[in-house]
Amino acid sequence: MPTDFRPADPGSVGNRPPETSGADANVVLVAKGIVKTFGNHTALNNVDLALHAGEVHALLGENGAGKSTLIKIITGAYTPDHGEISVDGVQVQFTTPQQAQSAGIGTVYQEVNLLPNMTVIDNLFIGRQPRRYGLVDRKKMAREAHRILSQYGLDIDVHAELSTFSVAVQQIIAIARAVELSGKVLILDEPTASLDRTEVEKLFEIVRRLKARGLAIVFITHFLDQVFELSDRITVLRNGRLVGSETIGDLDRTSLVRMMLGKDLAFVHAEMAADDTEPSSPLMHFRDFGRSGSVNPFDLTIHRGEVIGVAGLLGSGRTEMARLMFGIDTADQGALDIDGQKICLRAPQDAVSQGFGFCPEDRKVDGIFGDLSVRENIIIAMQAKLGWLQALNRDEQMEIAEHFIEALDIRTASDDLPVKLLSGGNQQKVILARWLATDPRFLILDEPTRGIDVGAHAEIVRMISRLREDGLALIVISSELDEIVSYSSRVVVMRDRSLVAELRGAEINPSSIVRAIAAQDAEAAE
Amino acid sequence: MNPRYRPLAATTLIFVIAYGLCILQYPGMWSTRILGNFLTDNAFLGIAAVGATFVIISGGIDLSIGAVIGLAGVVVAVLVSHLGLHPIAAFGIVLTMSALFGAAMGAVIHFLQVPPFIVTLAGMFLARGLASILSQDSIPISHPFYKTIMDLYYRLPGGGRLSAIGLLMLLVFLIGGLIAHRTRFGSYVYALGGNPTSAALMGVPTGPVTIGIYALSSLLGGLAGIVYSLYTSAGYPLAAVGIELDSIAAVVIGGTLLTGGYGFVFGTLIGVMLQGLVQTYIVFDGTLSSWWTKIAIGVLLFLFILLQQLVFSAHKAGTRLKKAAA
Ligand SMILES: Nc1ncnc2c1ncn2[C@@H]1O[C@H](COP(=O)(O)OP(=O)(O)OP(=O)(O)O)[C@@H](O)[C@H]1O
Ligand SMILES: [Mg+2]
Repeated sequence: MPTDFRPADPGSVGNRPPETSGADANVVLVAKGIVKTFGNHTALNNVDLALHAGEVHALLGENGAGKSTLIKIITGAYTPDHGEISVDGVQVQFTTPQQAQSAGIGTVYQEVNLLPNMTVIDNLFIGRQPRRYGLVDRKKMAREAHRILSQYGLDIDVHAELSTFSVAVQQIIAIARAVELSGKVLILDEPTASLDRTEVEKLFEIVRRLKARGLAIVFITHFLDQVFELSDRITVLRNGRLVGSETIGDLDRTSLVRMMLGKDLAFVHAEMAADDTEPSSPLMHFRDFGRSGSVNPFDLTIHRGEVIGVAGLLGSGRTEMARLMFGIDTADQGALDIDGQKICLRAPQDAVSQGFGFCPEDRKVDGIFGDLSVRENIIIAMQAKLGWLQALNRDEQMEIAEHFIEALDIRTASDDLPVKLLSGGNQQKVILARWLATDPRFLILDEPTRGIDVGAHAEIVRMISRLREDGLALIVISSELDEIVSYSSRVVVMRDRSLVAELRGAEINPSSIVRAIAAQDAEAAE
Repeated sequence: MNPRYRPLAATTLIFVIAYGLCILQYPGMWSTRILGNFLTDNAFLGIAAVGATFVIISGGIDLSIGAVIGLAGVVVAVLVSHLGLHPIAAFGIVLTMSALFGAAMGAVIHFLQVPPFIVTLAGMFLARGLASILSQDSIPISHPFYKTIMDLYYRLPGGGRLSAIGLLMLLVFLIGGLIAHRTRFGSYVYALGGNPTSAALMGVPTGPVTIGIYALSSLLGGLAGIVYSLYTSAGYPLAAVGIELDSIAAVVIGGTLLTGGYGFVFGTLIGVMLQGLVQTYIVFDGTLSSWWTKIAIGVLLFLFILLQQLVFSAHKAGTRLKKAAA
């Protein structure tokens, strides 16, 4: 039944004296000796974590290292097999996330977990709605919601259903909710994955403010720049074990990466300057391709063996462009020629049969089949392409799945594991594997490196180049300019749902891309 | 208009049009007397349907409602007619028992993760079986209190009567609406229907809420059983067979999405009234078999599910456009 929101009421509080080992006065939360196994897979093995008031603590590690699992244990979503947690020196045992919330721990879990069918207000306040005469006070909530969201520069209809907003807006709402709940501890599991630069700035500003207020903040990310920008202390996990915990001052980038991977990483970015040789034969031509209300008509020729980077702000129409090219939304104007033949894309099946592949941005909604196994998720597109009459037998399936699990270094206990149990980054790799298995000639990747660790990130960048050498045509949408620059042979820039610029050769560098993206602001300022 | 209100508006509109057409054919149907009878005759269905609304919004289903109505009626009859208890005491006992019965189903659903369909199907057999063990036949109730209650009514302008049980049904709808739309519990019900995993991670106490939802449904089933015993002055183990399906139909016709997450308590009232209207029409006509009610309800249900599909797919497309514009 509904309970009141009491900021300091940990679930079940034992009265053991505080653990004094190494804890200085400002330690807010301590997790000691946490062990968690799933079946015969050990996700966390004797991990410690201590959070200090007024500090941002980055929790780092490869995909599948156990970061999210640790967060879920601290916040009562999972119960640990061993280990103990104490808040303010008092041992606690949260059995539900609600208890952690009541104890002042606000959390944004990795997969944005909100309620799509409810309003923005409901999502911000559920579980702690203010009441008058026993009924929830709608007016007060609406006022508060506006106030809260305005801190993030968000001016939206708070009575609208959450599902009507973009992933980025939903992410901000999730963050705002967690911040409001966090009396003591704020936990952000990859909060910046779907935010653009300005939104990240706003988030960081708020985090710094909360830090000054004395909150302990946990920040999980794969963006190392953000780690150095924001955090005071880091803890690194590898394969479920604690590698170390240090203050950020003692570290440089190379040693941090070494801690995470257990080896040095050959950075690939620099060595791959974009070549400006025009690729040989044109593969397809989107002519005046567009859909009213979604993407304005654009003209784009794609050649074999080229990577076209798509840059632009969130909401600039990049994803809509990808959806259109893959037939998810049908174009209401223009035409597509492939090898000189006119092709009509009425549905994704048409695109698949033309040898297209598409890794969507929002893998949770559009990408994975959570309850199906890793193997089934990998072969499903290939099977669809073959047609259901030519079913692959189990051995063939296993062979294909194993090949990609190894090639992309997907960390999974077995290929029969339901894919929803994989870590976020590994789910992303599974989707990538799915389309590579179809042996496509044209691949659309929407934010392929989102939520992927540094090691795998480098691997994916390398893979993009390899695919291109194999003669594939690729379109890669990414918010990371360095990344786009490193692999694109051409960059197109989207703005306001139009294709506004096409950069090639020497023009492909971060500053000219930024200029092309930002031109609108300059115009608007005039 | 917010797209989520569209099914509700459509139901209301269809009700108004259908009623208008009935009046054109049989002007006698335009009277408060008919309206009053509507409420009295459908009181038990309406009360049960309020419970079903909560269950369906939460993404579940309760197949035991009809059986709980039957059991509640029999228990009241046994307590009053055989054991000589005062009806009010009997009501208290029956309502408590019903709520506990529902809570137990909710607990099984939550803790053992068994689909509600299975659990409430088992609950249905259990309740129906218990009722038949208590008595094979109808047990008449002739307590003076019953007569007093059934003689209570509020005279509507135009000669119609708003009976105590009709009024009770309206009250249950009112309270149900308040709970659904204006309490934390209500918002938790929608949250469960939207995404149970997210709801749990957002701190919704999913266990207590699930138990509460099924307790509420059975409690209202018990209340509907009491109302049915008042209405028929008897308790009968095979009473209200199939009412769970009628109430589910009322809920869906009232604009609640069968897959959960969306819906209105008020819509269910219209759904119930629409079913009542069909019955009344058949009575007025006099030549049609009463089975036409079922056929009409079947057609309505089909139409509404079709309508919901259209509305929700239009809604999704609209969402995408909005997202693109954002
Ligand atoms: N419920 C579960 N059942 C089985 N295995 C699980 C479950 N949850 C997590 N795992 C496994 O535990 C390991 C750690 O996963 P976790 O989500 O904590 O990784 P992570 O460090 O957050 O990775 P990422 O950076 O990709 O988000 C993974 O190998 C994952 O497959
Ligand atoms: Mg994770």
